[in-house]
Amino acid sequence: MDEKDLELLRILEDNSRLSTEDIATMTNLTTGEVAARVQALEAARIIQGYSTVVNWEKAGDDEVAAIIELKVSPERDFGYDRIAERLCRFRQVRTLRLITGTYDLQIMVTGKNMQDVSRFVSEHVAPMDRIRETATHIVMKTYKENGNAFFEQPEMERLPYSP
Amino acid sequence: MRNFISGRASEIPPSGIRKFFDLVLTMEDVISLGVGEPDFRTPWNICESSIYSIEQGTTSYTSNRGLQSLRDGLSRNLEHAYNLRYDSNNEIIITTGVSEGLDIAVRAITDPGDEILIAQPCYVSYGPCVTLAGGTQVPVPCVEKDHFKLNPDTLAEKITKKSKALIISFPNNPTGAVMTENDLKAVADLVIDHDLLLISDEVYSELSYEKRHCSAATVSDLWERTITLNGFSKAYAMTGWRIGYLCAPREICDAALKIHQYVMLCAPVMGQVGAVEALRSAEEDKNSMVNEYRLRRNLFVAGLNRIGLSCHVPEGAFYAFPSIEKTGLSDVEFAEQLLKEQRVAVVPGSVFGEGGAGHIRCAYAVSRKDLTEALQRMEIFISGFQT
Repeated sequence: MDEKDLELLRILEDNSRLSTEDIATMTNLTTGEVAARVQALEAARIIQGYSTVVNWEKAGDDEVAAIIELKVSPERDFGYDRIAERLCRFRQVRTLRLITGTYDLQIMVTGKNMQDVSRFVSEHVAPMDRIRETATHIVMKTYKENGNAFFEQPEMERLPYSP
Repeated sequence: MRNFISGRASEIPPSGIRKFFDLVLTMEDVISLGVGEPDFRTPWNICESSIYSIEQGTTSYTSNRGLQSLRDGLSRNLEHAYNLRYDSNNEIIITTGVSEGLDIAVRAITDPGDEILIAQPCYVSYGPCVTLAGGTQVPVPCVEKDHFKLNPDTLAEKITKKSKALIISFPNNPTGAVMTENDLKAVADLVIDHDLLLISDEVYSELSYEKRHCSAATVSDLWERTITLNGFSKAYAMTGWRIGYLCAPREICDAALKIHQYVMLCAPVMGQVGAVEALRSAEEDKNSMVNEYRLRRNLFVAGLNRIGLSCHVPEGAFYAFPSIEKTGLSDVEFAEQLLKEQRVAVVPGSVFGEGGAGHIRCAYAVSRKDLTEALQRMEIFISGFQT
């Protein structure tokens, strides 16, 4: 990892669809160097994947998302790791984090509808060993995700010319 | 009826971009590379603190010099960033943009008959400010073969017994040129030998892409004879807030302050409050904007050279200044035809004074998507001239 790798990561995190040619021009590298570096970053799992930020509400999809907070009794020798890894296996779990505060784990879950989400929580999450308490928050509206605002902002008005 | 317009006002030429302005208003789908300001919004923490202060009733005059907290912050910041030392009580004035700073600086030092040397190409207000102050402007052209740096030999040729001061601005609008410490040392020798004053407009100082900016007052013994001008417009995307500052040794600062207090009283307090917040918490916003400009510069300048407009790599500001001479058009003709035929707005280099003709100024403070589209349109336009 060097400064150029960090720069590539910042550029790709902001927009992973840029062409290798454009990235090369912007960073003063050759296209071959960019491709090799990106490949190495992928192989090292520093780049974990590429995805698209979608405004599903606008796309007409009525999937339900929920944030579920969990109180968990940690295991001797493993802490929260094993139970977190078990939870990760569920397709419905989009994001999982260990957090400080009243709760221990926080998961983001998506489902077809409210019943779907509540069934998942009551049948799969809550009954798991070592989970002592759950609090489910249904997402009502997303305003910003991964740095992307989901509401229209008026265009900035600039003069066509200024010295 | 008499002609009421003063000789000085008549003497000032009309703006060189006026006719382009009128033309562009009749057109649609124009990509403008003609705008000398950031395309980012002011970071929200700055806006929010200013809004909050208005809610709290902070709407009155400030002291003539500006808010103490802002001057204190600047004094610390300048020392930290550039090793530039100014006392916040006596050597800093908050101005209504750098434009006002330049005006009061020139007026504080110029007597009728004084010659004021101006390194050109440069921002369009320097010459008119000198004229309005009763001085005589003496352009010192910076040319492409010197990468638009100020060449000491050219400067030496222009110095006369009447020379009083030299105005420079690096990183430069419109060329993007920067002056390193060594470049400045050669200029400093002449300035000191001929007992001149230096006015250094450093409003693009934060937009230096290769090396840390070298502030002129830190070079040789220039401090005691330098007025440093800077502001928040470019680095923090705060053009409309109109907050600049003038730093100078106490005696000069006091003279400028007298003019400031009568013509401006103080810079708007809401803007000053925002500027305090900018210094306090917008470092990361600034860095990420500067980084984005650097990426765009690399993309755009490579593109210009690829389509056949030769352009040196600008090391600062957010302008590319390619030569258009191979098309056989003048810079004004080029800009006009490019706008009419391909709807890309650029500014002819001659607007910025001597050394600018034969070039166009393209501001790359627009989105990468628009830069790419502008390059495509320019390529089509230029292909008509290839022999």
